[in-house]
Amino acid sequence: MAKTIAEINEKIKSGKAVVVNAEEIIEIVAKKGVEQAAKEVDVVTTGTFGPMCSSGAYFNFGHTKPKIKAGGGKALLNNVPVYAGWAAVDLYIGATIAAQDDPLNKIHPGEFAYGGAHVIEDLVAGKDVRLQVEAYGTDCYPRKHLDSWINIKDLNEAVLFNSRNAYQNYNVAVNLSDKTIYTYLGTLKPKIGNANYCSAGQLSPLLNDPYYKTLGIGTRIWLGGGIGYIAWQGTQHNPHAPRLANGVTKRPAGTLAVIGDLKEMSPKWIKGVSFVGYGVSLNVGIGIPIPILNEEILKYTAIKDEEIIAAIVDYSDAYPNGKSDILGEVDYKTVKSGEIEVKGKKVPTSGISSYKAALEIANDLKESIKKGKFLLTEKVADLPVGDTAPKFKPLKERPVKEGM
Amino acid sequence: MSASKMVLTFPKDKIGKPIVYKLIKDFNLSFNIMKASITPDQEGHMVLELDGDKAEIDKGIKHLKDEGVKIDPLSKEIKVNWDKCTQCTACVSICPTDALYVKDRQTMEMAFDPEKCIACELCIRPCPPRAIEVHF
Ligand code: SF4
Ligand code: SF4
Repeated sequence: MAKTIAEINEKIKSGKAVVVNAEEIIEIVAKKGVEQAAKEVDVVTTGTFGPMCSSGAYFNFGHTKPKIKAGGGKALLNNVPVYAGWAAVDLYIGATIAAQDDPLNKIHPGEFAYGGAHVIEDLVAGKDVRLQVEAYGTDCYPRKHLDSWINIKDLNEAVLFNSRNAYQNYNVAVNLSDKTIYTYLGTLKPKIGNANYCSAGQLSPLLNDPYYKTLGIGTRIWLGGGIGYIAWQGTQHNPHAPRLANGVTKRPAGTLAVIGDLKEMSPKWIKGVSFVGYGVSLNVGIGIPIPILNEEILKYTAIKDEEIIAAIVDYSDAYPNGKSDILGEVDYKTVKSGEIEVKGKKVPTSGISSYKAALEIANDLKESIKKGKFLLTEKVADLPVGDTAPKFKPLKERPVKEGM
Repeated sequence: MSASKMVLTFPKDKIGKPIVYKLIKDFNLSFNIMKASITPDQEGHMVLELDGDKAEIDKGIKHLKDEGVKIDPLSKEIKVNWDKCTQCTACVSICPTDALYVKDRQTMEMAFDPEKCIACELCIRPCPPRAIEVHF
């Protein structure tokens, strides 16, 4: 028996909706079977909490007297450069930008102790942040300098807008070379000394709705502890990645662009992180509810770690040089056991994305729905999927010749 | 030649006296101050690495003790700030002694066993939120 989102919302409003997380549904289906479970369960909640480099925030800091046009000038927040290429007092801060005087990787591997992601976290935490603006001055915006403390509560708008989050599956990274390497998947010890993965596996949003049947543009989501929406497909969205029969993509595939009110978020779930030798990133918490509209959708949500396969990739050569070779495939149950086998060698594993936090997010969303505080939405448009979806391409480089 | 690391605690009436300077002058020792926190009118702490002849080091240490300075072998303490830790487990495969480990593979909850920690500090920088702290 198929359900509609409107029917599920009625149940949520009357406090009767049956909501479980993407871990609990596995056992329910094992016990009761797909048919019965699809009748009983209304919503399955998912979650993920990991570094998402393509994150950032924009805000409007309010006009000064006399007025200043930061747009076209230069601006810093806590000494971190922010993008001032918009209108007078709108600024955008990207997660990965390092503080102005950061030595970066000049002394390798660099620390990247503070950057855009940390500024965003400080704003969310309600801390005062120093704003410095250098403008060129115009007749209508005469002021040229501004040096002031700002606080999120005084900003007109503060919006988290991330162009690529929530990757549907990811690589397991190892290092074949004989020296330690420093990557966005962490520190990788030489000669396959460790293996790092970055997915919430059975809890991961897009792995629970692999063909994006229920989620799409306009879907309301749990974002950074507040409310957000799916704005678009994320950059590098690649639904064409090879799939298993269960729909699971075996390589990094779909992604989401998400948006939400930064003022409502929590520093616990919007957290600046530093990858030694690589750079700054922002840990973002995302939870997506999946309405159980029919048995097919339920089946997807019952996916378990042992049924999700990822590729083992060498980050000392194959990844940086854009080669598609992989060293093997492994399922998340094995990955999470703490040890995998690569080229005949037993290798300890580590996560970069936090499973424990992902579960906490899925549970928080579950409770909000049960209490009637979070209603589900119909998507406004589909995310690209199938043959008509655009392909994810590398750059076709056309070198510019000297003197041209 | 030998080197030894130690933690010095200065009583408050000795702060401001050139006690440490004498180590170079009178005992021909070189030293490296690894950490120092001295607040006027309070106790002062200093982590020092002494380098020189073994006999001279012993004499230098006696001089410090005679001046009322308390000397302890360096013991760094590693602590996990659990409020900052995201439970990612990134440190687990870095730690050579399993002091940092996943205590429950179902929930992937982290734990730290200070007994096993050798204070090698290998985990400090690979921790993305920098939740692991070195305390002297
Ligand atoms: S200091 Fe060394 S032994 Fe101690 S927890 Fe960190 S990596 Fe493990
Ligand atoms: S690397 Fe840091 S944040 Fe991650 S589990 Fe270890 S202590 Fe916690």
